[in-house]
Amino acid sequence: MNKNIMIVGVGGQGSLLASKLLGHVAMQAGYDVKVSEVHGMSQRGGSVVTYVKYSDDKVWSPVINEGEADLIISFEMLEAARWVSFLKKEGTIVVNNQEIAPMPVITGAAVYPEKIAEKLKKAGVNLMVVDALSLAEEAGSAKATNVVLMGAVANHMEFPEEMWQNAIAECVPPKFLELNHKAFALGRNQK
Amino acid sequence: MKKLLLGNEAVARGLYEAGVAIVSSYPGTPSTEITEAAAKYPEIYAEWAPNEKVATEVAIGSAIGGKRAFCGMKHVGLNVAADPLFTASYAGVNAGLVIGVADDPGMHSSQNEQDSRHYAIAAKVPMVEPSDSEDACAFTKAAYEISEQFDTPVLLRMSTRISHSQSLVEVGERAELPAKEYVKNPAKYVMMPAFAKAKHVVVEERTAKLTEFAETTELNKIFWNDTKIGVIAAGSTYQYAREVLGDKASYLKLGLVNPLPVQLIRDFAAKVETLYVIEELDDIIETHCRKIGVKVIGKELFPWIGEFSQKLIAEKLFGAKENTFTFPETIPPRPPVLCAGCPHRGLFFVLNQLKVTVSGDIGCYTLGASAPLSAMDTTICMGASVSGLHGFNMARGGDSASKSVAVIGDSTFIHSGITGLINIAYNQGHSTVIILDNSITGMTGHQQNPTTGFTLRGDPTAKVSLEKLCDAVGINRVRVVDPYNLAETRKAIEEELAVEEPSVIISRRPCALLKYVKHKKPLKIVTENCRGCKACLRLGCPAISVVNGKAMIDQTQCVGCGLCADLCKFHAIASEEESK
Repeated sequence: MNKNIMIVGVGGQGSLLASKLLGHVAMQAGYDVKVSEVHGMSQRGGSVVTYVKYSDDKVWSPVINEGEADLIISFEMLEAARWVSFLKKEGTIVVNNQEIAPMPVITGAAVYPEKIAEKLKKAGVNLMVVDALSLAEEAGSAKATNVVLMGAVANHMEFPEEMWQNAIAECVPPKFLELNHKAFALGRNQK
Repeated sequence: MKKLLLGNEAVARGLYEAGVAIVSSYPGTPSTEITEAAAKYPEIYAEWAPNEKVATEVAIGSAIGGKRAFCGMKHVGLNVAADPLFTASYAGVNAGLVIGVADDPGMHSSQNEQDSRHYAIAAKVPMVEPSDSEDACAFTKAAYEISEQFDTPVLLRMSTRISHSQSLVEVGERAELPAKEYVKNPAKYVMMPAFAKAKHVVVEERTAKLTEFAETTELNKIFWNDTKIGVIAAGSTYQYAREVLGDKASYLKLGLVNPLPVQLIRDFAAKVETLYVIEELDDIIETHCRKIGVKVIGKELFPWIGEFSQKLIAEKLFGAKENTFTFPETIPPRPPVLCAGCPHRGLFFVLNQLKVTVSGDIGCYTLGASAPLSAMDTTICMGASVSGLHGFNMARGGDSASKSVAVIGDSTFIHSGITGLINIAYNQGHSTVIILDNSITGMTGHQQNPTTGFTLRGDPTAKVSLEKLCDAVGINRVRVVDPYNLAETRKAIEEELAVEEPSVIISRRPCALLKYVKHKKPLKIVTENCRGCKACLRLGCPAISVVNGKAMIDQTQCVGCGLCADLCKFHAIASEEESK
């Protein structure tokens, strides 16, 4: 059993915490795990991608290439479209419905595509859209968008709830624990 | 116990377990977290040095002084540290010395793609290269054994993919080592010609011994499977190859990448039908194989440029192509940008307006080169903004110095900008240098530096006064501006360009991402006032966009810096209270 999961989004959206949670859960379940992150220049509002791979055998390469992802977790609509070629034909995308205009769109040099979700579905992608920002605000802070998404993603994975709760407790500062538990639960309720 | 660690954290763990006492580094992506993680072990003294040369010399001094020492840097940092490295190779060590260098194939966050293995060859020092976090911890410890056994500094080569990937590491205990005795020994430590000549002989003998060691060390491993295909690889390319070929190939995984073994490679080659050398960047292993008469397939198949992947290797070997999903439209790129509220934005906006030539440098502010700010003409290396501007103005003569500026961050200025400024003052230049003082080393993720007043561990310490420093080197015109104040910033630059003497403008405001920086509430658009003129878009702020002909401010990103409100002639941007 090998699972390849990508977390994509815009620098600053909190994808590192999401990959940390996933890595922790997979490790608790006894799998071999590799997580590959991007730091530095790519963080400053640029397109960011994190790879999480786990296996009951051995994980070799820490990266995921085109056609290899079982699951893509996208923090932003355009980023879901950008990385769709990485998805396996039978894979799933869980996407936050937020739209963030990149600088070439802001300056008018490019156009933000319309109706991305519709077009992805039409291409045959198994797509789940989550209003994670609103749910995060409902939980108490827009910053918990990442944890809401992970709640929604948990429905597509085989790990028991307890492991997720352990991972959240490990990775989140104690004073934000309650907020993040709430955010995770709201994501979990999205079917 | 197994822990999920970043490659860089695993190196720090290796330092801890190897009993390392002293770490001195300069931050640089992708190497920075080694030193940050090392600083979390109370048993290790860790510091940020002003640059990689200083850091390396501190580590050399510590090793001579009898404690195991380390310094970490990115690949281009080793250019700065090359001077001490080459002679430390002659002097050797007392306690172990390891220099960590992180290459950046694919240039995720760098200005070039140099292969630091050349330094190991040129400086005649051993180099180890891990392929995952477990290796990173183990090889770091092994590097100290090699250093002390062979009396040499050892290079530890990381790469972006190894540094920034997490994998499982079996962690162990720390070896608490007593300080080695320091014995005065000028023939070993004073590298003047008479002594250095004798030491060069020792270095060559050492290389011969290390080559023998390379034949048998556990750092180099053979994995026998099917022998139709043989692969020689190191670092991340070993992992990619293993993913593609699995048990269909046998592997010689090199952990010691300098010096390379001879007999081990010949024996491996003799038992496989087709032998590939798969290596990112330059053809170092391949060249070695040819030199010892081993026929391999290497760079005629695999690229010299960029980062490899399992897909690239599969395509080169089998021409495999995946049938994948495609999105039916062009997807706009999403390049990195200056953050909302970034203090550099106001400065670059003014420089763009003034249409001056901007000699740029290395840091977040290199993003000032991107549209719509487009306010940078050159960027070469750390410090070159200041020294390069002097050369540019000398070459162009006339009023060149009144139409050009250098921009350099606080940390970069201390790293190697100050020497360029001394050159301007000393050689009677008229250049205008702007120090972008955001009170932190920003690009690499917020490291303290000598201008911030805090150490790596966050303790208060002596703080370099940029004003006094510039004054002391002979710059009579030093002034400070707030880049959130566009009018004041513009006036200062115009005045300093006009005078016929060198000047320094310190553009001072802390990075908007610093935790202690208090933000104002997000600004809002007064829709009825907005004419859709898009003047606010010229700031290149990621929080501002135009939707249906009217400006819109993203409330999750805006920090209320007010630059856009300042620019808007129609009072269409206001705080929440004002907009009511």
